[in-house]
Amino acid sequence: MDLTFQTYTLSNGITLIVKENHHAQSVVIRGRLRGGANLDPVEKTGLASFTTSLIRRGTSQRTFAQINDTVESVGAALHFSCGRHLTTVSSKSLAEDFDLMVELMVEGLTSPTFPPAEIERLRGQLITGLREMQESTRGLAQRYFRENLYTLEHPYGRPFNGTLESVPTITQADVFAFYQNFHPQDGIFVVVGDIEPDTVYQSLEATLGQWLPPHNPPDTSIPAPYPLEAAKRHVEVIANKTQADLMLGNIGPKRTDDDFYAAYVGDTILGHLGLGGRIGQVVRDREGLAYYARTSLMGGIGADPWCIYAGVNPVNVEKAIDLILAEIRRFRDETVTDQELADAQSYLTGILPLQMETNEGVANMLLQMHLYQLGDDFISRYPTLINAVTKTDIQTAARTYLSDETYVLSIAGPVSLPS
Amino acid sequence: MVSHDVVNDYKLDNGLQVLLKPVHTAPVVSNWVWYRVGGRNEQIGKTGISHWVEHMMFKGTPNFPKGRIMLEINRNGGVLNGFTSQDYTAYFETLPADRLDLGLRIESDRMANSLFDPDEVTSERTVIISEREGHENNPAWALNEEVKATAFHVHPYGHMVIGWKDDLHNITRDDLYNHYKMYYGPHNAVLVIVGDIDVDRVRDRIEELFGSIPAGPPPPSVTLREPTQQSERRVLMRKPGQTGYFQAVYHACEASHSDVFTLLMLESVFSGASFGGSSTHRSARLYRALVETEIGVDASASYHPSIDPGTFNFDGTVRHGHTLAEFEAALDSEIERVKEELVSPAELEKVIKQTRAQLAYSMERVSNQARWMGWLEMLGDWRRFDNLVDNLAAVTAEDIRQAARKYLRSSNRTVGWFEPA
Repeated sequence: MDLTFQTYTLSNGITLIVKENHHAQSVVIRGRLRGGANLDPVEKTGLASFTTSLIRRGTSQRTFAQINDTVESVGAALHFSCGRHLTTVSSKSLAEDFDLMVELMVEGLTSPTFPPAEIERLRGQLITGLREMQESTRGLAQRYFRENLYTLEHPYGRPFNGTLESVPTITQADVFAFYQNFHPQDGIFVVVGDIEPDTVYQSLEATLGQWLPPHNPPDTSIPAPYPLEAAKRHVEVIANKTQADLMLGNIGPKRTDDDFYAAYVGDTILGHLGLGGRIGQVVRDREGLAYYARTSLMGGIGADPWCIYAGVNPVNVEKAIDLILAEIRRFRDETVTDQELADAQSYLTGILPLQMETNEGVANMLLQMHLYQLGDDFISRYPTLINAVTKTDIQTAARTYLSDETYVLSIAGPVSLPS
Repeated sequence: MVSHDVVNDYKLDNGLQVLLKPVHTAPVVSNWVWYRVGGRNEQIGKTGISHWVEHMMFKGTPNFPKGRIMLEINRNGGVLNGFTSQDYTAYFETLPADRLDLGLRIESDRMANSLFDPDEVTSERTVIISEREGHENNPAWALNEEVKATAFHVHPYGHMVIGWKDDLHNITRDDLYNHYKMYYGPHNAVLVIVGDIDVDRVRDRIEELFGSIPAGPPPPSVTLREPTQQSERRVLMRKPGQTGYFQAVYHACEASHSDVFTLLMLESVFSGASFGGSSTHRSARLYRALVETEIGVDASASYHPSIDPGTFNFDGTVRHGHTLAEFEAALDSEIERVKEELVSPAELEKVIKQTRAQLAYSMERVSNQARWMGWLEMLGDWRRFDNLVDNLAAVTAEDIRQAARKYLRSSNRTVGWFEPA
């Protein structure tokens, strides 16, 4: 496979990548700016997410209702959101409405007004959502998994949508202060769809390219997480539920770590191939304990988790945990088989055309390539990178990151759980 | 959406209907088999059996032993899944275009040769119960199960596709196998392929792989009709929790009815066009009336065309500090409004543009094109929505008002409250 695209640099330093696709009538824009929940003050966890959600709720030119009307009248979508390291801007529209989406996007980035009434409206919605989360076995299993893996002292350990304690304390002044983190330096915008690259460049240079806030870009560095030193087990009891959710795992590699590909191919074998890899095969297919049982290797800018998760009947929790730990032990003690390795490699390389079928798929790939400096020829090198992974590499990665002795286990479910 | 001249629509001698559409925009193909069986075809005491059969279709044939189907597709760079609805069961593989043959071999094999090994039935019973228990954890799902069961006294649309828990304990291996033999076969299936294909070669291969599968007798038809509802019904679910959930379902028309386009427009006026792709509800009426007023945190209307008369639905989540009664009163006044005032031309125009855009987004994937054709064929005719945008544009404001008056009557509805105790 090959992927050709145009790269430009806007006057304010933002990198613009454009990929034409005249097979589709849509245009997708994805932008990333430095800084996300990693910039949240400890006592105001959720502030980054709160601020980005508010951007669309009023600018110097339009109210929230007017923005909604404008976007939805043309059947488009416009989102501002944040992750742990990055703020994301995204839109999808018909090609004929591209300029309108650029206008709204730039308006949001450069002149949000954070109206008090919208702050209260959003706060109420978030609080209801957080209360719903307190009833969600999966949501709570995830929350306490992170909290125990990284501790609340590290940004990765805190819930980035905030908490019932933090969200009520966020003020308009906090939001304005956080907005000072928005800056074009190191920004990246990708545009994919039925559009000419030079036209896109001219349009974005005249608008987004002129955005240069008077403040310095934020320091977005965060400390490396402390390694886990002893096993931790957290049980969260929620009444009136029939199923328990569990998450078990450790801190995994960063996307840019040398052993990322070994972990990635290994994770495919452990928790994805077929019906959830080895984990799914044992927990679901052989023992019939769960509807879902699989793994997740997040591997982003920082050291995200590598974990196993499943939803099981409370009486089967201990059995499921034993089976999962036995699989981790086997994954560390023995190399995977030749056949498993070949299967994972052919899956990961073969699925590329499917991943790149849509404009969104191509845009996400181009963003990853830029964000992790994978190189313009990444697509053509990708099969080589995947196929170079050996059985020993996978075992080494498994031993580096996963453990059947030192791990975090988080369980949320009905009262009959053992703790 | 789907232009006629490029779709090959034909039947094999054994009755298998085939829809082929070449699309050469990406080296990808999506292969689907649809069976005309779902929750709608189930008897009391055997609810959930169609969905369970779907699970068993991944549990092995003599040629593809247990676990091989998914693994073979993954090995070849593809993805697959199956799903069961009230009206149909569907299976698909989306693959690099040169691997279509694998998908065809899998589907032809399991159309007739799935094993239903008793041990596999046993282990899958607990998997399905676990799937159900995962749903039960969600209060809005639990409320929906009660609301449906209250809205339908006779028709099988009254049970969830996953089935009642006791039935999942009681269904036997023979029940499952008999259900499979009754409904699976070329006479009750549609094969849909969209993607980077050479039509002549694919036609030959379909004949080789599916042509010799014998047709079974026609499956029993569903003759149950839901009696006209006489008065409003209400469900009050009071359980531990922190959040209130609201639902209301009104009996509505079937997919083949001439009101279907009007109900789709009515749905969009309430909460934006919803043909996949982007969300368009925040400028729509229910968001304005229920979320911007801070009574709810979400509110939407939905109408999914179905083979037999289905429902027009409302649902929402109550904002902390507000009540279900407030939510219902605000929703009711929006319903009254649409029965009194004509929807403005600008609102109608917006909905049409939203639909046009959403269809364009959705059809960028060959898998969505195949899904669209197969879904419509299950409802009666894959051409049913060929001119969807034109058909929707032909709906007048007066049509919408009349449909609201006809269907959105309190005597025609079931209201459900999940009230946190």
